[in-house]
Amino acid sequence: MKIFVVVCLALVMALSMSITASAQTSSGNDAARLAKLEQAVADAKSSGDNAWMLMSSALVLMMTGPGLALFYGGLVRKKNVLSTMMQSFAMMAIVTVLWALVSYSLAFAPGNRFIGGFSNVFLRGVGAQPDADYAGTIPLQTFMVYQLMFAIITPALITGAFAERMKFSAMAAFMVLWSLLVYSPMAHMVWGKGGLLNAPLGGRFPCLDFAGGTVVHVTSGVSALVCAIYLGPRIGYPKQNMPPHSVVLSFIGACLLWVGWFGFNAGSALSAGALATSAFVATHFGAAAATLGWSAAEWWHRGKPSALGAISGAVAGLVAITPAAGFVSPISAMVIGVVAGVFCFLMVTKIKSMFHYDDSLDAFGVHGAGGTLGALLTGIFASSVVNPIFKNAQGATLASGLIEGNAHQMLNQLLGVVIAWALAVAGTIIILKLVDITIGLRVSEHHEVQGLDVSQHGEEGYYWEPAA
Amino acid sequence: MTKVEAIIQVSKLDGVKDALHEVGVEGMTVFEARGHGRQKGHTEFYRGREYTVDLIPKVKLEIVVADDMVEKVVQAITSAARTGKIGDGKIFLSRIDEAIRIRNDERGEGVL
Repeated sequence: MKIFVVVCLALVMALSMSITASAQTSSGNDAARLAKLEQAVADAKSSGDNAWMLMSSALVLMMTGPGLALFYGGLVRKKNVLSTMMQSFAMMAIVTVLWALVSYSLAFAPGNRFIGGFSNVFLRGVGAQPDADYAGTIPLQTFMVYQLMFAIITPALITGAFAERMKFSAMAAFMVLWSLLVYSPMAHMVWGKGGLLNAPLGGRFPCLDFAGGTVVHVTSGVSALVCAIYLGPRIGYPKQNMPPHSVVLSFIGACLLWVGWFGFNAGSALSAGALATSAFVATHFGAAAATLGWSAAEWWHRGKPSALGAISGAVAGLVAITPAAGFVSPISAMVIGVVAGVFCFLMVTKIKSMFHYDDSLDAFGVHGAGGTLGALLTGIFASSVVNPIFKNAQGATLASGLIEGNAHQMLNQLLGVVIAWALAVAGTIIILKLVDITIGLRVSEHHEVQGLDVSQHGEEGYYWEPAA
Repeated sequence: MTKVEAIIQVSKLDGVKDALHEVGVEGMTVFEARGHGRQKGHTEFYRGREYTVDLIPKVKLEIVVADDMVEKVVQAITSAARTGKIGDGKIFLSRIDEAIRIRNDERGEGVL
């Protein structure tokens, strides 16, 4: 960034000197030269922003594959490792194609308050020209592909709830419908032009959600809970031992998620300036504090801090800081993180066993619970110093969160959470019913015992041939 | 002839092997095994779910020896595998009727 500013300054000085030198001879050209200079400066800023946004897009894709695929793959039994990884990988293909055809348009094209229109189907009109409402310095195509990576990971998160028992075909059909009926409307409401909850573009109820606490984590987490209850537990749950087959894989996956999350949150600044830095810092500090929060709770409760606990805590913190990053200070981020770490630990270890649902990989306990908590805490800790999001008619900055005196923001946050919950519950039940009566959701008992790798894909994750 | 089956701690295998070589045992078969006797397993926690691991990894040795070797072999195993704590394992002895070398149909104790 520093080098970039220096280059710009040098450019300005060089050009202005040459302008002065030739002032006597060509005063009529000044206006043209100035316009050219302004264009050069804008182009330079656009290059910087675009470089970061392309980088961020790649980082967010890396969160799904291999990040989430490894994280979830390690947590299942070894007969289901490939099918679990494949569910995440399939999202990278299915959601991408769907995004180009229609779901980008339903999320981000102008429409009503609840869903976008059809003006961008087949990515019509999505090219090099920036859209000032979304991100004025990067090509709209960059914005589109960046948002796609969010649309990919969100349904992939749900797969943790029905791990080890859902048909691959049913999963694919479910995810197509879910992307259209749940993800696109929610993304439109929070981030789309004219969306009901859109804070930066003046929506009716501005809900602060910097990088997808409601859009990504509440929707996926709550849908995961509905899936877990609807499909029922795995055969043998909870009597039979079903420990993770490789916490090592999960560990690598969680580390990749942490790194990828910088693209997720800092990239949500949609530019490469100080706001991106602020979100990056909040993300990192939140994750660290949550790791300590979960580990401390576990150490206290069980007598030992486990590796699985530490990485689960990190993910819980990353989830909770997602809506808040870009609005909160590093210290607030750590408070949010530590609360999320302890809260999600209790959700996963205590609450789940009280209600007997088999959310196999804790998609709800971490993403649903952590996302809801993060969205509400954002309303408390949001700071206008970090991000002056609300302005009055004269352009003066208004208070952001509860601590600054904007108590009303808590209501907007709550409304965002309630809408996300309602949409996720209703949409998921309808889609599950549809897929259940057409394809059928669960594999046969025989196939479940055999494992989904063999029964759904005809292969095994670990195949050791005896030495010949 | 006597078959000596010894179930021992995994970490004691190398010591037992050396001790057996010293008393003149020339061949053995080793299995990786899982099991438990009076030793209870341990518990593991994964996100709050408690799993009891009661089948613990062990090593099982099988040796067939001439009858006059049995006491020496048993002594070698017990002294090398003993820690004095629960979980050290067990030795079982049983009679063997015949031994046959596949390579040349040789029979009897000479095979050992």
